[in-house]
Amino acid sequence: MARKVLTLAEVRDGALRNVSFEAISAAKTIAEGGEVVAVVVGASVRSLAPELIAYGADRVIVVEHEKLATYTPDGYAQALQAVVEQEKPEGIVFGHTALGKDLSPKLAAKWQSGLVSDVVAVEATGGNIVFTRPIYSGKAFEKKIVTDGLMFVTVRPNNIAPLEKDESRTGAVVDVQVDIKDLRTIVRDIVRKTAEGVDLSEAKVIVAGGRGVKSAEGFEPLKELANVLGGAVGASRGACDAGYCDYSLQIGQTGKVVTPDLYIACGISGAIQHLAGMSNSKVIVAINKDPEANIFKVADYGIVGDLFEVVPLLIEEFKKIKVHA
Amino acid sequence: MNIFVLMKRTFDTEEKIVIQNGKVNEEGAEFIINPYDEYAIEEAIQVRDQHGGEVTVVTIGNEDAEKELRTALAMGADKAVLINIEDDVEHRDQYTTAKVLAEYLKDKEADLILAGNVAIDGGSGQVGPRVAELLGIPYVTTITKLEIDGTNVKVVRDVEGDEEVIETSLPLLVTAQQGLNEPRYPSLPGIMKAKKKPLEELELDDLDLEEDDVEAKTKTIEIFLPPKKEAGKILQGDIADQVKELVSLLHTEAKVI
Ligand SMILES: Cc1cc2nc3c(=O)[nH]c(=O)nc-3n(C[C@H](O)[C@H](O)[C@H](O)COP(=O)(O)OP(=O)(O)OC[C@H]3O[C@@H](n4cnc5c(N)ncnc54)[C@H](O)[C@@H]3O)c2cc1C
Repeated sequence: MARKVLTLAEVRDGALRNVSFEAISAAKTIAEGGEVVAVVVGASVRSLAPELIAYGADRVIVVEHEKLATYTPDGYAQALQAVVEQEKPEGIVFGHTALGKDLSPKLAAKWQSGLVSDVVAVEATGGNIVFTRPIYSGKAFEKKIVTDGLMFVTVRPNNIAPLEKDESRTGAVVDVQVDIKDLRTIVRDIVRKTAEGVDLSEAKVIVAGGRGVKSAEGFEPLKELANVLGGAVGASRGACDAGYCDYSLQIGQTGKVVTPDLYIACGISGAIQHLAGMSNSKVIVAINKDPEANIFKVADYGIVGDLFEVVPLLIEEFKKIKVHA
Repeated sequence: MNIFVLMKRTFDTEEKIVIQNGKVNEEGAEFIINPYDEYAIEEAIQVRDQHGGEVTVVTIGNEDAEKELRTALAMGADKAVLINIEDDVEHRDQYTTAKVLAEYLKDKEADLILAGNVAIDGGSGQVGPRVAELLGIPYVTTITKLEIDGTNVKVVRDVEGDEEVIETSLPLLVTAQQGLNEPRYPSLPGIMKAKKKPLEELELDDLDLEEDDVEAKTKTIEIFLPPKKEAGKILQGDIADQVKELVSLLHTEAKVI
């Protein structure tokens, strides 16, 4: 049963986030041969449309307005309402990002519809679209279907493979004009705490440090290792609480949930709340001097040893094999 | 100020998950106030202490949730409301929860509604914004700071590690993020007082709702545990050799680099 499905593209620092392409891929599965329309919203975002088509969108809708330069739930909801009323889709896919988490429930409520959030897999099973999502902080999973209304979905970054990029794909790029009014929340300031460069929730490789890193300087070798691997640095709450790094790096139940291809945990004991944020990583490496540490229970590979000895050796070794992460 | 907190009773974080007959087995499990809702309760109490008014904690659940409501009262909330829809509505999801809560709240003239940004069991993170939308009031999610001056509100919001400073006004719904405050433990006198504080019980009927009005829009068809991870490989030998072996394993066996 072919369906028309929209996706909301997400822009950060002027570029599309990877999750935008993953959402298109999920939408293709849901559409079952129907049209996939990517929507991109902002003050000046038209130039991003061709990339969305290269990643599989059949058509791109651009909604530009100066009041959409920064995200607000009211502004984006008005933009999407106009698009949904015009397009009458059967489903809308968002990234399970700060923006997607904030906006999608508002729209789902407006359309009296269901929302399946934090989806890690989508299947078309002949009739039903089945969504898989973690529950109990990743200790279990559930499969869900939508039984009534529009299908609102948010997809967890780094889980659904994007389609192969193909610059030869073609598709229409159309503008939708919206008069944005009455923003009840105004963003006065954005304080950047995260590092420029690799986005933690989308990183393919994460080198994470815990209380075992012992100081802010102790994070330097971890940063170098992350650089060599083209990855990002993360942390346990233990390290954040101790002031070794900013809370923006925290991974876990109360921090970010990440699913990189490779997670290297250095001096992290592996508390359940930390595992909640990283246990679904594809490959986990643990470096800890305590052979009894819980982190070894989820690790694919473990080295029992002093991280200050192991990490510099790792940097040397990875440099040798000329990684292309 | 008329303050409401939306609270959920959840599995304790440390609890092991056992699946029986296609459901998560709750028998003998420890339950707690959803940790993010604890921040919401604490903030509500602080706002009331500063600006006056009353804090009402609302939950949807069964009689078991009375325990968590009493804990919230012991922390310092003034009133509790238990909306029990278990017998009335067979298929429930976040649509159901939000609709029932909004129906309860619509004539309460709430100035401020607080909730957790996500519940650690279902992890859907939908209820706060849904309720705000149904009530027609603005919302700000994952907040780490709240300042109220008359009806003007300044909020700091966590956005994947960055901070947004937001200006808005009452009435408002906010959802709490870690870092908002340090929730207090109930004191002994608090626990004693809580026993006498009002705890109202409501059913679907009391809200003039029918099962059809709130029936779920989604359905869980299966619950399963992740495949058991095989014991990892703890490398042996000289550290330098272990490092070489690890890099080669990541390259050739795991193929992640
Ligand atoms: C409601 C709640 C929410 C929470 N949310 C989170 C969350 O989101 N994320 C999170 O991470 N935690 C969270 N926590 C905290 C969590 O319970 C742990 O306290 C925290 O993860 C511990 O951090 P750690 O592993 O860095 O520190 P520790 O547990 O102190 O472990 C340090 C480890 O470093 C090792 N070590 C020390 N020196 C070296 C060395 N030189 N070389 C190698 N290894 C060394 C030690 O053997 C030890 O295993 C939460 C807790 C609660 C109650």
